[in-house]
Formats: sequence, C-alpha cells, structure tokens
Amino acid sequence: MKALVPDRRRLREWFITWITRRQLPEGRTLRLHRRCIYILPTRQGYTFALILLVMLLGAINYSNSMAFMLTFLLAALGANAMWHTHRNLLGLRITRRPAQPVFAGQTAQFVYTVENPSRVARRGLLLETLDGAPVPFDVNPRGENQVTLDLPTRRRGVLRPGRLRLHGRYPMGLFRAWSWLYFDESVLVYPKPLPMDQAPPFAGQDEGESRERTDPAGEEFAGVRGYQPGDSPRHLDWKALARTGDLYIKQFGEVSGGQIWLDWDQLPAGDLETRLSMMCHQVLQAQGQGLRFGLRMPGLALEPETGEAHQRRCLEYLACFALPAESCP
Amino acid sequence: MSAAAPMRLEDRLPGRSGALLWVIAATGVAIGPHLFNQPVWVVLTTTLALAWRGGVHLGRLPMPPRWILVLLTVLMTGLVLGRYGTLFGRDAGVALLVLMTGLKLLETRTYRDAMLVVFLGYFVIITNFFYSQEIPVALYMLVAVFATTAALVRLNAGEAIQPVRESFGLAGLMLGQAVPVMIILFLLFPRLPGPLWGMPQDSTTGVTGLSDSMSPGSISQLLQSDAPAFRVSFTDDPPVPAQRYWRGPVFAHFDGRTWRAGRETEVDALPQAPDLERVVTYTINLEPHERRWLLALDIPVSVPPDARMIEDHYLVSSRPVRRLVQYTLASRTDLILEPELSEARRRQALNLPARAAPRAQALAQDWRSRHEDDEALIRTALGHFNEEPFFYTLSPPRLERDPVDQFLFEARAGFCEHYASAFVVLMRAAGIPARVVTGYQGGEYNRLGNYLLVRQSDAHAWAEVWLQGRGWVRVDPTAAVSPERIESGIRAALSGDLGAPDFIRRSLDWGIVRLQWALWRDSIDYYWSGWVLAFGPERQGELLERLGLGRLDWRGMITLMVALVGVVVLVFAAIFLWRNRLPVADPLAVVYRHFCRRLARGGLTRAPHEPPMDFARRIARERPELAEPVMAFTREYVALRYGASPDPERFGRLRGLLRRIRV
Repeated sequence: MKALVPDRRRLREWFITWITRRQLPEGRTLRLHRRCIYILPTRQGYTFALILLVMLLGAINYSNSMAFMLTFLLAALGANAMWHTHRNLLGLRITRRPAQPVFAGQTAQFVYTVENPSRVARRGLLLETLDGAPVPFDVNPRGENQVTLDLPTRRRGVLRPGRLRLHGRYPMGLFRAWSWLYFDESVLVYPKPLPMDQAPPFAGQDEGESRERTDPAGEEFAGVRGYQPGDSPRHLDWKALARTGDLYIKQFGEVSGGQIWLDWDQLPAGDLETRLSMMCHQVLQAQGQGLRFGLRMPGLALEPETGEAHQRRCLEYLACFALPAESCP
Repeated sequence: MSAAAPMRLEDRLPGRSGALLWVIAATGVAIGPHLFNQPVWVVLTTTLALAWRGGVHLGRLPMPPRWILVLLTVLMTGLVLGRYGTLFGRDAGVALLVLMTGLKLLETRTYRDAMLVVFLGYFVIITNFFYSQEIPVALYMLVAVFATTAALVRLNAGEAIQPVRESFGLAGLMLGQAVPVMIILFLLFPRLPGPLWGMPQDSTTGVTGLSDSMSPGSISQLLQSDAPAFRVSFTDDPPVPAQRYWRGPVFAHFDGRTWRAGRETEVDALPQAPDLERVVTYTINLEPHERRWLLALDIPVSVPPDARMIEDHYLVSSRPVRRLVQYTLASRTDLILEPELSEARRRQALNLPARAAPRAQALAQDWRSRHEDDEALIRTALGHFNEEPFFYTLSPPRLERDPVDQFLFEARAGFCEHYASAFVVLMRAAGIPARVVTGYQGGEYNRLGNYLLVRQSDAHAWAEVWLQGRGWVRVDPTAAVSPERIESGIRAALSGDLGAPDFIRRSLDWGIVRLQWALWRDSIDYYWSGWVLAFGPERQGELLERLGLGRLDWRGMITLMVALVGVVVLVFAAIFLWRNRLPVADPLAVVYRHFCRRLARGGLTRAPHEPPMDFARRIARERPELAEPVMAFTREYVALRYGASPDPERFGRLRGLLRRIRV
C-alpha cells in the first residue's frame, strides 16, 4: 500500500499533464478562458440531487402541485448554480510576480495578482499547489487581490511550483469549478548556510594586487536585483527586461575592504552538500563584511568583486553546482 | 468526528462572516408555519435548538456535549412515537424532520454539516405544502426559499464579509433564472393519476364534505363551513337559483335513524330524453373531499372518464377525490327517470323498519285512506309542513329516541335533513316509493370570474318520489317550510339567525366593499386551484390538446420537455457567452481599422508603411473635401494612442468623429 502512494500521486500528475497538454506554460499573465475551466458536482451536489429525488417522490405520491413546483424550482436552481460556479472563475486574470530566491529550509513565496475585470465579486476562491495547503481569497468587482503561496524548501536548486489549482464552489456549493494554472516560473534555492567552526572564514590565500576602481566617481556597477516599487526607472535593466520579461534594477555600489578568495579546496572535508552550505555561509560572511571576494570552485573561478550582484552570482552558482542542466537554467 | 485530525480548510465553517446565523434564521423561517400543523413542542424545541446554536456562534454558550444530543434524539423520537403511534406518515415524518433539523444544527461544526442543515431546510419548506397550498402559504414559502438560498450563498462565500445585498441579489437572480425551466418541468413532467404507495390516513383530517350516510346533525356541521365545495362554469347561462340542485349521494336504506346508500350497481343505460329538452353543459372544479362521488347538476346525462353512474343516478369516481379535480358534464333539469320501476327496486324504495316512527306511519296511513291519488297525498304532506308550526333552524333540539317521530310531533324545528328524512318516511309509509338525495343547493355567482361558487354551507338534502308515468320526481319539503332557502339560498333563510355561519355575518357587517373583495379573492382562488393546484394528468392532457399535441404519450412529453429545457439552456448559454466574451484586445486599433476600411471603400488605401498622420495628409491633398473630418479624427487618434493619459470620454469622441467621415 505504502509503495502505491507515490505512484498514485505520479499518476495524478501525469493525468493533469495529459488533461492540460494543450495548455502551454504562461509567461507572466494568464486569463481564465472558459475552455480551461473544469467543473464537477461536489459531494454536497450529489446529496442535494438525492434530496430532490425524495422531494419528487413525495410530490408524486401526494399529487401535490406546489411540491412539484418547488422541487422543479430547486432542480433548476441547482442546475443554474453550475453556470454561476463556472462564472466565478471565468475571465480572472492572474499575473505572477517574480519570486525572490531563498536559502534551503526557508519558505519560498510565490505571489500572484488576481484581477477581476467584471462587475461581479468572485468569492470563496482557493489557490493551491498540487500537494500544498490551499490559500483562500476573493476578488471584489473590478478589483484585484494578491495571493501568496508559501512553499517550503528542503534542497538547494531550482524550485518550480508546477501546476497550480485555482478552484471554488461559490455560490451554492453544489459544484466545484477549477482551472490548472501553469506558469513558466521557478525560484532559485541557495544552499542552506552552514557556519564552520574549524576554519576561519577567510582561509583563502590572497592573490595579486587589489583591483583598481573602474569608476573614479566611486560608483561601480554591482549587478542587478529584482524591481521593487519605488525604484528609479533610470536604473532599469532594459536588456534584462527584453530577455526575461521581468523588471530588474541595475545596482551600483562602493568598494570597501580587502580582497579574498573563497576556495573550494580549502573547505574541510565533508559531503558535497555540507561543503556547499559552508561555502554559502562564507559568501554571506564576506559580503556582510564588505569584502572584495572571489570564488574558486572546481571548473570555475569568479574574479573577486563586491556588491549584491556578485554575491547573487556566487550564490546562484552554488545553488546549481553539480545539478543536471535541465533542472538549472 | 475525531477532534485530533486537522480539519481541511474547505471543511471549516466560515466563522467570521456569520454565515451560520443566516442559516439559523432561514431555518427558523422554514419551520415557522409548522406551528399550526404540529404540536407546539415540536416547533418550540427546534426553535430552542436554533437559539442555542446561535448562542454558541456568538460565543455566549458552549456546544452541547454529545451525550445530551443522543439523549435529546432518543427523547424526541419517543415523544413523536407517543404522539402519533408511528414514525412514518405525514405528521410523524414532518415532526421528526423538524426536530432533527434542529438537533443537526446543534452538532454543526463543519461546512458539510451546515450544508446538510440548509438542504433539510429546503425539505422542511416543501413539507409545508402537504398541509396547505393556498396562495398566502405559497408566497410565504417563496420568501423562505429565497432566505434559505441567500444563506446558502453566504455559507459558500468564504471568510470574506459579503454585503447583504450581494447575497440576496445573487439568490434572487439565480431563482429568477430558474423559473423558465421550472415552468417547463411543471407543465410537461408526466403526472401519475394515483399515489405511489398507500396514502397515510392522517392526510384526510380536516377535509369537509358530504358524508356517506345521513343522520341528524351530519349536514349541520357542513353548514358552519364557508369552505368552497366546488366551482362551476357554464357554457351558456346558468340555471335559475331554484333549479340549482347539485346531486350527490342518494340514500335509499333507512335503519330508523341513519340513511345510507345502497349497493353501487351501475346504471344499465344513461338517462335519455327527447331532444327538445334543454341540455346544460358545465365544468366543475371539485375540491378534494376524500370520498368518491362527483357532484352534478340535477340529472347528468354524460359521465366523466374514470367514473360511473349508479342506479340511483349519481356519479362515483373510481378513486377518492384527493386533490382538486375538474370534469365537464351535460345535465338535463327536466327528465323522466326510470319510467318503469322493477319490483325489486320498488320494494327497496318502500322499505321501512317495522318499529321505526310508529306515529308517522299511522299519520301516513290516515292520509292514504283519504287520498287515492299519490300527487294529492304529496300535496297534503307538504301542506302539513307548511300549515303546522314547523320552523327552519340550524340549531334544532337534540333528537334521541326516534328522531323522525320526535321531529314530526314534538320538536317541529329542524333543517333540510330533518325534513327530507321525515318526508321520505311518510311517503314510504303511505306506499309511495321515495328516497333521500343529498348534495348542494344554490351557489353564489361570481361575475368577475364567471363561475358559480358552491360552499359547504350550501349543503342540502331533499326527497325524490316515484310516480307512475312521471318517474322519479324531486320534492323538496324544506321549500314548504322556508321557500327563501331555495329561492335565495341559505343566507336569506337564516338572516338574523344566531346560528348563521361566519361568512354571512361578516358580509352583513362589512357591506358591499367586503363582498367585492370576497369576489376578487375567490376568483383568484378559482384560477389558482384550477390551473395550479389541480394540475394533474387531466389538465396536462387538456393543455397539450390546446397546443395541438393531444396525442402525445409520456415518452413524447419527456422528449418535448427535454427539448424545451434545451432551448432555454441554449438561450441562457448564448446570453452568458455574449456577456462574458473576452474584451477586444485593443479597442483603439479596432476603431482605426474601421476608419481605414471606410476610406478604402472610397479608393483611399493606406499603405502598410504609412503612419497615420502621413496618411491623413495625403488624403487632405488628394480629397480636399475630406480633409477636415479625416484630420480631426487622426489628430484625436494620435492623441489617444500616444498621449499621456487616455481619457475614456475622448474615446467616445473619436467614435463620433469616425461617423462624420462620409466617403
């Protein structure tokens, strides 16, 4: 039995993939079209049908006209509920927000903006990943709402939420309408930082002279980070926008402190993941102390630099280190 | 339910939005009318349960422990069993349903429980119709359905606090949209003529009507009731009031106190009469009375389907009249019935118990010795009632020992049944075949609805005697005592009498306005009961006939029903798709495309590489008469397309400018 459980889950995943095979992953925004909304009766729907049947039998037995009338009214009402349940999802626009990288063990947050262009409130909606807890929300007429899905992370690498299920049984609870949301999105999970006690953080040997500042004005390009409301449009990274469709901000920072190399070979012995965690910790330390640091890993050396962009590059490298290419961009 | 297992979010009862309070209120509305149908404690217990659960929701009371619920369930089941002796049938079933709805609410912790309570609420609403289907009840139940549906909407709206208008508006919208399908199903769902299983006995309680025997006092109960017995609409003019004798069961057997009908032998041949005589055709809407006879005007000459005519010339349906039935009949008011009386029939019509009414028998034999002629004897008898101090009253003294003798010689006060019974005894004692006929006499003409309303208080009994050469002849001894009773109806005969029915006193006190309102109300009732409540297999057949689909069997009806529902669904689907169509991606581009198409018709085609302004300037050069509108349009378009803030009003102006361009 136990062995069957993961199989069943995989079967379900396979089935959903098959059902939605025509639905290509969306870039940023997705609109719920009627062709991608599915609907089935709920348990309560079947109970209601059963109660209607009993009512009908009573009406026939007593030849009671008003009982007939009420039974038929409720039957038509129940069928009508199907339209309204479907309508509750129809036309919603879901836009994904760029997710921020996290360290393994932290919770990754996927944020979506759900817009309701219609004049009717959408209520009792739930958004969930295939095996996560549903997040309830509703959207006012001509309004929008932010929905945050929390995904726990365990391992470093790329985390994809996969297909999301947006569903609801409003207004009568007799039917459940749902849609599979499929965004081409992922979040990078850095290794979990692990302090090492044996070795001092800066065990790497100095190499060469400290680099000249490239920009005499004191400001140098220090990498890009995700756009946040309030950022000056002057610093937008237009090339990145054209490439990815997301907004990024170019950052400029000041150089301070000395220069070090963080060397893989200098790390204490241990398995791959532990050593990556240690390296991650060192990167954070170096950045925290404002040092100019370089990263030397098997097969790659990142020249010493400073700034958030550099740190990000280093962490990204650590996150994807030795992982299969298709799971890492 | 194990408390340890974490509840799924979807099973959780929305707490903050207070949906449960709405469910409680709607359930309260649904059970309310059962206060009149059920013992008070049934509704009271449920109301207390509702109040308790409301208190729990508001945090004032604890949830009742499980053992209390079990105890209450057992106790209530026991009480219902004690009250009705059964757990099945209409009354016991409804009592249980109402009680269990309250108890279910008391253990409602999850969404699923609350949903079940709502469904039970719908069920409680429908059970109200098994007690009354009158218009006020129907309106009340409509409100109850509305409230229950709104509560259901709130229950499913999640934690957000929904505006009251939104939930009630949506409930109203959904119910309104359900009405067309409801009407189609109501009209075309195949109806069965009889019950599926045995009708419980309790469903007959409270139904009034003529009884299958006549003893002193049996009709006087009816005379107190204003309830309609039946309504008649005539094809031509209605007969004059004195001719409005509505024939019900005929009684030929007398045991000294009670009159009963004989065996139900079907008549050999329907009464025939010379063609010259007047035939009255009419349609009767007969209220349910739980017996099998069908009322008819005087002597019916046709028989409705599913009915028979008994030897004594009254109509009997094949099953009891349990809901309003409608039938069309032809009658003749002057007709020779049974010109030849067989020996057996004659003996039966002369039969008197030897020891019954000795003084009456002596009186009759005395008359016989003085009159050879039957008709002269009948005149003497009627003269006796007329000249001796007989009174017509609805509250006669009690008759105990021998009701006929006591009435004739001591009390001398009574109403139709006393007179009819005494008269038939006298006739039989004098050797004239005679029998008692019960039914109704008179009726109130409703000019608004063009029909005659006959109430239970119009119940009447009269006599028929058999005369050589004339057959059975109607003799109404009550007319000898109180001619107004027959000419103007019972209200005139009883005016000023304290025993008068409620309706009479009311109409006397409130005058003409009240009477007018009563006419209106009864007209509405007439159509309501005729077209809604009595809608059974016959009415359904009639409706299909009118639509030219008379030959449709149940399969055809279901096909038609499904097809019509399909049409309604398609119409709704079309409206739905139109209203929820995807908005145009770029309305501005659409307008510009219209503009280009319009100019192209005039031979001015925009080159693919031509910017809007260049295109406009070229038109201004080539067709100077178009320069002004085209430039105005293009300037507006460019402003909207590339300007800073798109103003929705300017978009409307752009459309106006487009209309000005005429090529």
